[in-house]
Amino acid sequence: MASGEKQLAHLEQKIKDLQAFAREQEMDLSEEIKSLQEKARKIREEYFSEITPWQRVKLARNMQRPTTQDYIEMVCSDFTELHGDRLFGDDPAIIGGIGRLGKQPVTVIGHQKGRSTKENISRNFGMPHPEGYRKALRLMEQAEKFNRPIITFIDTPGAYPGLGAEERGQGEAIARNLKEMSGLRVPVVVIVTGEGGSGGALALAVGDWVSMFENAVYSVISPEGCASILWKDPGKAEEAARSLKLTAEDLKVAGVIDAIIPEPSGGCQLNSQEIQKKLEEHLKEIVPFLQKMDSSELLTRRWKRLSRIGVWTEQIKAQKKASQ
Amino acid sequence: MALFRKTRYSQVGTREIKNVPKNIASKCPACKHVHIDKDLSQKLKVCDRCGHHFSLPAKQRLKQIVDEGTFREINRELISLDPLDFPGYGEKLEQVREKSGLNEAVITGFGKISGIEVGLGIMAPDFMLGSMGSVVGEKITRLVDKARELKKPLIIFSASGGARMQESIYSLMQMAKTSNALARFSDAGLLYISVLTHPTTGGVTASFAMLGDINIAEPGSLIGFAGPRVIQQTIGQQLPEGFQRAEFLLEHGFIDRIVERKKMKKELTLLLQLHQGGEKIG
Repeated sequence: MASGEKQLAHLEQKIKDLQAFAREQEMDLSEEIKSLQEKARKIREEYFSEITPWQRVKLARNMQRPTTQDYIEMVCSDFTELHGDRLFGDDPAIIGGIGRLGKQPVTVIGHQKGRSTKENISRNFGMPHPEGYRKALRLMEQAEKFNRPIITFIDTPGAYPGLGAEERGQGEAIARNLKEMSGLRVPVVVIVTGEGGSGGALALAVGDWVSMFENAVYSVISPEGCASILWKDPGKAEEAARSLKLTAEDLKVAGVIDAIIPEPSGGCQLNSQEIQKKLEEHLKEIVPFLQKMDSSELLTRRWKRLSRIGVWTEQIKAQKKASQ
Repeated sequence: MALFRKTRYSQVGTREIKNVPKNIASKCPACKHVHIDKDLSQKLKVCDRCGHHFSLPAKQRLKQIVDEGTFREINRELISLDPLDFPGYGEKLEQVREKSGLNEAVITGFGKISGIEVGLGIMAPDFMLGSMGSVVGEKITRLVDKARELKKPLIIFSASGGARMQESIYSLMQMAKTSNALARFSDAGLLYISVLTHPTTGGVTASFAMLGDINIAEPGSLIGFAGPRVIQQTIGQQLPEGFQRAEFLLEHGFIDRIVERKKMKKELTLLLQLHQGGEKIG
């Protein structure tokens, strides 16, 4: 842990202790608490104003960070979870269902990490199997049938690399989602809330509008994976995190995402009220904006959005033309 | 009790050649037989002892599949940049271009197979392990779009280690882009045959390679999403024999047919012909 993080953790503990002490002893320590809070705020600002990509990776993976379930509770009323892919089983690493955003019924789907170690094990740390992706596709097609907008929350280290996952066609399941999502005739809003881990993330992330939380990350491979494959040294993850250009700002520049949702200083685990307000406002702006388009306009726009992503040159042609 | 005595065979020295000279000969990884490269190329790079299919450079593949003199390459001049300034990537690209004589990890164009005009994409395992970055994604997408415009069937031979790390998010997005193009191609009622060859893994498996109306694989090809080493590390045990091979995928329902290299053109011809309409009975 870097010194800034340590200092901060220490201070926050002290504030909590002091608050508890004040309550117990019925003493007025508000002055002292206030000055400590002020100090913590300053450290946080200083520390996080120069936050490195690797620090963001760690923030994105922070166990205290809200999960898809939390975000659904924050912005949806009447959420009703629906289970199963109708083919094999129900994957707890992806949840989905119907709820209301304001008065509008919406289908919400997302990767689900556990909020404790025990839950994390049952959720497979948010790493889906093919049945998870097939459940998601079933719910998206259902949303299309009933003309409901779709909201997805992205937070996964990646699709699970295991025997069963391969036997049941992990590659096919992801490919099919990518193909079918491009043709859904209802708005799809994607929010990358934590880890955007490669194809396993992308399989829920083809949409009309993609937003990313300030401290979320999104890349083709984890920094550790990249470091161990390219440099045979997982210890170089920090360097890989920098090279992979995986932060929200990088992705905005690359034209992959449309907006960055600012987080409370120090990350969304510190102030869920603030992130709730921002997320709700954001969705209530974007969903109606997309609903104004008819489906053919929506699909054309979705394709155009994707088709311009990438960087290349037609150099040889240009040179030839120049020499002519 | 001589009846039950263990039979003793005389020992004959088996000569396993250890250091096979590069660029002259290749050792079959399956049966260890050493082939002279020139002979091997004449045998379509298939071991005649055990049937092992060696990985095939894109240009040789093209020669085996299209009618002579009919292939017209498109978008050859599309070249990768180093958009993320990734350590070592720019130099690597230059080296590989020089060494392989290719501009990128896929050749795309139009040509004839037994007289039938098709759109063809052939991935090059000899170019950065056939990995998909912006250019591979863009070339595949343009090929699919062009075939749709011209109303021609499409055949893509995959051979890829997956998405190219050095272009990070750009590479990842090519999965969505190519799949999206194929969705529109499919909606136009046109035929797409995906041929998966050794190895097809990662982001290519999880996008266009698995989306054929018909998926074909060469025998013994490694096909999967996660690489075997990653899986082994994750689950901490040895992988079963034949795991993620073409035969395994056939058994689990993810490919339609396994076709030997020497029969590939004939098989593709037949499938193309079966999609050329015909006459109503009676």
